[in-house]
Amino acid sequence: MIDLAIRCKDLTKVYPGGVSAVSGLDLEVRAGECFGLLGPNGAGKTTTIEILEGILKRTSGEVEILGHTWGNGDRVIREKIGISLQETRLSEKLTVRETLKLFRSFYPTGISPEEGIDLISLSEKADARVGKLSGGQRQRLAVACALVGNPALLFLDEPTTGLDPQSRRKIWDILRRFRSDGHTILLTTHYMDEAERLCDRVAVVDHGKVIALGSPNELIASLGGEHMIEFSVTNGTSSTSAPVPESELSSLPGVSAVRVDGAKITLTASEPHRVLPQLLEQLRGNSGELTRLSIRHVSLEDVFVELTGRHLRDADASS
Amino acid sequence: MSPLSNMKYYPLKELIVARAKEFFREPEAIFWVYVFPILLMLGLGIAFRGGEVDVRVDVVSHSGSDVAVRSLESMEGFRVEVVTAEEARARYAAGKVDVIVEPTGGQYRYLYDPSRTGARAAKTQVNDILQAAAGRRDQISSTTKLITEPGSRYIDWLIPGLMGMNIMGGGLWGLGFVTVDLRVRKLLKRYVATPMRRSDFLLALMSSRLFFLIPEMALIMTVGHYAFGLEVQANLIAIATLIAVGAICFAGIGLLVACRAEKIETVSGLMNLVMLPMWLLSGIFFSSERFPDSMQPFVQALPLTQLNNGLRGLILEGSSLTEQWVPLLLLSGYGVLSFCLALIWFKWK
Repeated sequence: MIDLAIRCKDLTKVYPGGVSAVSGLDLEVRAGECFGLLGPNGAGKTTTIEILEGILKRTSGEVEILGHTWGNGDRVIREKIGISLQETRLSEKLTVRETLKLFRSFYPTGISPEEGIDLISLSEKADARVGKLSGGQRQRLAVACALVGNPALLFLDEPTTGLDPQSRRKIWDILRRFRSDGHTILLTTHYMDEAERLCDRVAVVDHGKVIALGSPNELIASLGGEHMIEFSVTNGTSSTSAPVPESELSSLPGVSAVRVDGAKITLTASEPHRVLPQLLEQLRGNSGELTRLSIRHVSLEDVFVELTGRHLRDADASS
Repeated sequence: MSPLSNMKYYPLKELIVARAKEFFREPEAIFWVYVFPILLMLGLGIAFRGGEVDVRVDVVSHSGSDVAVRSLESMEGFRVEVVTAEEARARYAAGKVDVIVEPTGGQYRYLYDPSRTGARAAKTQVNDILQAAAGRRDQISSTTKLITEPGSRYIDWLIPGLMGMNIMGGGLWGLGFVTVDLRVRKLLKRYVATPMRRSDFLLALMSSRLFFLIPEMALIMTVGHYAFGLEVQANLIAIATLIAVGAICFAGIGLLVACRAEKIETVSGLMNLVMLPMWLLSGIFFSSERFPDSMQPFVQALPLTQLNNGLRGLILEGSSLTEQWVPLLLLSGYGVLSFCLALIWFKWK
């Protein structure tokens, strides 16, 4: 048995024109895990996954998929992987069943189109044309097209982007089932909740490099606390950026980090019930007015902000 | 995952079936492939139906015009109007008249444009009548027999040309447009991410084109036969063979045109660039012999010229397939060449 489904070392991709999309990316995806590439748009996620899928050529680096390399065992790899691209417009004139039958015919082994339809719970739409399906149903069909060859490894490029919450949950259910059968998944996403709920391990990607790697819990724990306390204080008409000196805030019990972002102050803390009374005590002596106070769990978004100083959503096409 | 099914799948067959379903579920494609050529044939067949067309003569009113008008009106097949010189010019420019007669001081002056179809013949006929009215006598007696039998009329000549035109259009659209459309939709990229054989994909596109052609060609010949009495001279196997070779040739050209285009606009432009010279030069609606000798090597080298020559040879003259070796050879050559180049340059991703 191979322990690694994907091994990728020092991968680079420079597009004609000199744009560098991937610059020295290392990745090891273990067999049987669901692995997420998390990062903003333009971070190099799609380029990376398309190189791993054998669709794009790499500029340099090593790539090994299920123990084979592209250029040597292409057909063997193709028969064992399933792929869902970021945007594929499947033929609108064909029905769900016909589409699955066509894709099934490309693989030497696999499940029947009927089983594929059951897998994505589209039985009532089996004979409907693809053009009549909703966005979520189309995306489920795209996932089924990736699954009909009974792959050992599934690649998904932003599988739920643009879908409503219910459709997203349905896709997650399909992927969890696939994963619990012992298969491997590599997906890209810029949704932190998707990575947190679905992935065993996550690589945070920015500017074509992995900047953090670990399970969602490990990454969150790396911030030193599990809670974020956010508050804002306004002083009369003008906002003051430091109602309380930063040094006093960071000396509060269990506070591991302080971020000041305009009038908004964020504390990373492990024990909010100890921090809050003292914080409020400090604010009482302040002439300002507390306009906002909230406590929430640390998310991968906070990890990304901590690492890059930017948010996942507004870090678009930063290079 | 669920147990593997034992059913056997044939990717080539599934690709052809999928392509056929897509085609027959597209009403626009059905119209252009099956309805449009029939409408075109019916329209042209009616416009250029057999029988004599009246010669339209304007006589400019003048003291001597009475004699001319009387003698022309006494003949069958002449439509005569008496008008002023200005009116005559205006009517001529509008295409309502074949020839203008200006009687001036005991002479006739004929005005016509020799490049207009039938103008020169009209002038000669009018002159003959007016000379006869003035006393000229024929030296040798003559009789006339009109040849309007099936096989030598314009419509007979037109139908093989329409078939050729459709084989060309279908090949270019059916391969060129469809390929680029798949590329734009990223479906081509999705297909090559599977273990699908690329040759299966291309073969499926080409052979589905051949399937669509069978009813198309049969329909044109059948309507031609029942509506216009077209008599097909050669055997159908020979005709089908030439059609198939022509279809493969234009499918190859279609693939070549589409091999790198990434936008529908690009491929549409390229296809028109390829088809336009052949629409004009290859003898669909009028004979390619009309072009000067210096252009003939180019005109005859065009694949559609060869296909039309071959189809007319078989359908109208009943020649055998071996006699049509030139078109067969050239079309196969173009087909193989463009197919190979397309494969080399083809952009799958």
